[in-house]
Amino acid sequence: MLAIVAMLVKESIVFFQHVSLWEFLTDTQWTPLFDDAHYGILPLISGTVVSSVIALMVALPLGTIIAIYLSEFAPFSVREIAKPFLELLGGVPTVVYGYFALLFVTPLLQIIFPELPGFNLLSAGLVMGIMIIPYVSSMTEDAMRAVPMNLREGSYAMGATRFQTAIRVVMPAAFSGIAAAYILGISRAVGETMVVAIAAGMQPNLTWNPMEPAATITAYIVQVSLGDLPHGSIGYQTIFAAGLTLLLITLVFNIIGHVLRKRYREIY
Amino acid sequence: MIAGIFALMIAVLTFMALFVHMLIDGMPRLNWDFFTSFPSRRAESAGILSAWVGTTLVMLVTAVAAVPLGIGAGIYLEEYAPKNLFTEIIEINVTNLAGVPSIIYGLLALGLFVYQFSFGQSILSAGLALALLILPVVIVATREAIRAIPVSIREGAYALGATKWQTVSDHLLPYSSAGILTGIIIGLARAIGETAPIITIGALTFIAFLPPSPIKQDFPYISFEWLTAPFTVMPIQMFNWVSRPEEAFQLNAAAAGLVLVVMTLTMNGLAIYLRYRMRKNIKW
Repeated sequence: MLAIVAMLVKESIVFFQHVSLWEFLTDTQWTPLFDDAHYGILPLISGTVVSSVIALMVALPLGTIIAIYLSEFAPFSVREIAKPFLELLGGVPTVVYGYFALLFVTPLLQIIFPELPGFNLLSAGLVMGIMIIPYVSSMTEDAMRAVPMNLREGSYAMGATRFQTAIRVVMPAAFSGIAAAYILGISRAVGETMVVAIAAGMQPNLTWNPMEPAATITAYIVQVSLGDLPHGSIGYQTIFAAGLTLLLITLVFNIIGHVLRKRYREIY
Repeated sequence: MIAGIFALMIAVLTFMALFVHMLIDGMPRLNWDFFTSFPSRRAESAGILSAWVGTTLVMLVTAVAAVPLGIGAGIYLEEYAPKNLFTEIIEINVTNLAGVPSIIYGLLALGLFVYQFSFGQSILSAGLALALLILPVVIVATREAIRAIPVSIREGAYALGATKWQTVSDHLLPYSSAGILTGIIIGLARAIGETAPIITIGALTFIAFLPPSPIKQDFPYISFEWLTAPFTVMPIQMFNWVSRPEEAFQLNAAAAGLVLVVMTLTMNGLAIYLRYRMRKNIKW
């Protein structure tokens, strides 16, 4: 962990000697490999945010509903089959999901939106969302199952239905664990690389429109690494600066998760 | 209730659609030649020989590096480490590492292994990068497996005069081996599918030769030249084919994806089965 931070900071310092922090944060163009070089991280951030938000809009509701169902309603046999199945899906390589996004989901979406370009954030985000469902649902379910039985029994004794018990008793009691699951989902979405690199194109593009192609921070790192950049050049340093930005974003979410867990932990 | 079944169905059906699509596209390309040919400019004669050899060798390095280190760290943290600030920091770190995007590990490996230690863009660098990536998985699995062993086993061993190390090596390790093995398999399955960190290290996408053979005709018969050879792996080969515009290559990508999915699903399935059997059989 320390080595990671040290490495990223070391190369980034060299980068920030060339490019001021102000330019890095405010310039609206990211073209470090062109002659007319601009080093504004905003286009990469916008791509990352748009694709992550789409992914989370798919993964969080579906993952939560699946978790509630498996933990509170599903018969034993369904759970015994569904849990390992979801676990298997979590193990499918991300490059395979990228293939699905580009060659299966995008053509489907083009039937609905004929003007949709071949590379776009929408299909990358949707597939990413599907990909994250197993992580969210399995952690959420674990949290809900850890809620002691007597809370549920108390709720039933008061005349609550199963649904009311699940929503008003079990979920609040499992809040810290559910928050941890959501945070992990967000980290996955922000750091996911191959799906966006394959399906969203690699053109940095300051846009909030999911129908357009754009690059994320991770996709940019892939794009640069595919080329042959000499060690120590400014292009080489940009990927470390981009990586540091990415690490800081995920770190912020991890800290938020830690605080939420500490503050809302219920002890029985 | 209905919503739950519905959500589960959406997830399951989407996956089914995806896999059936890949199966239809990839199946016709899957034959013996596909496994024994090098990648080629002509899609019909291209294969994954260099890719699967590369994957095997990288996994070998990963396993050799991550398994002893991970088990060692797990045993240390669980049995030996004193409870103080230092171990707590390490513990928080191990949990946090799971949330770090894999591409960040690639950047670390690029800076540290490729340039600092000058291992080059080689099988060795890639294997070590993936080893770092799965180290937390192995450590956590080891700790959980050891923690599940009741204290009475340890007390019994101590009562018979065993030293701490004898207790660990004769009792704790054998009893927790199934759990540790599950963790190792899950970790390696994850490493096989990882693409991003290996791209960052600079794996080439077009390799039409094999790394030098590890077995030599003359003395000393074993050579480690392959460690420093340039390489490609399965996910990178697939990525390369997906990003080409010609449809014929995308069929190749589907076939490579199929092989990759079967590999990871088999490993994960094995791990799940092992855990299932363990739960059933172990009664303290």
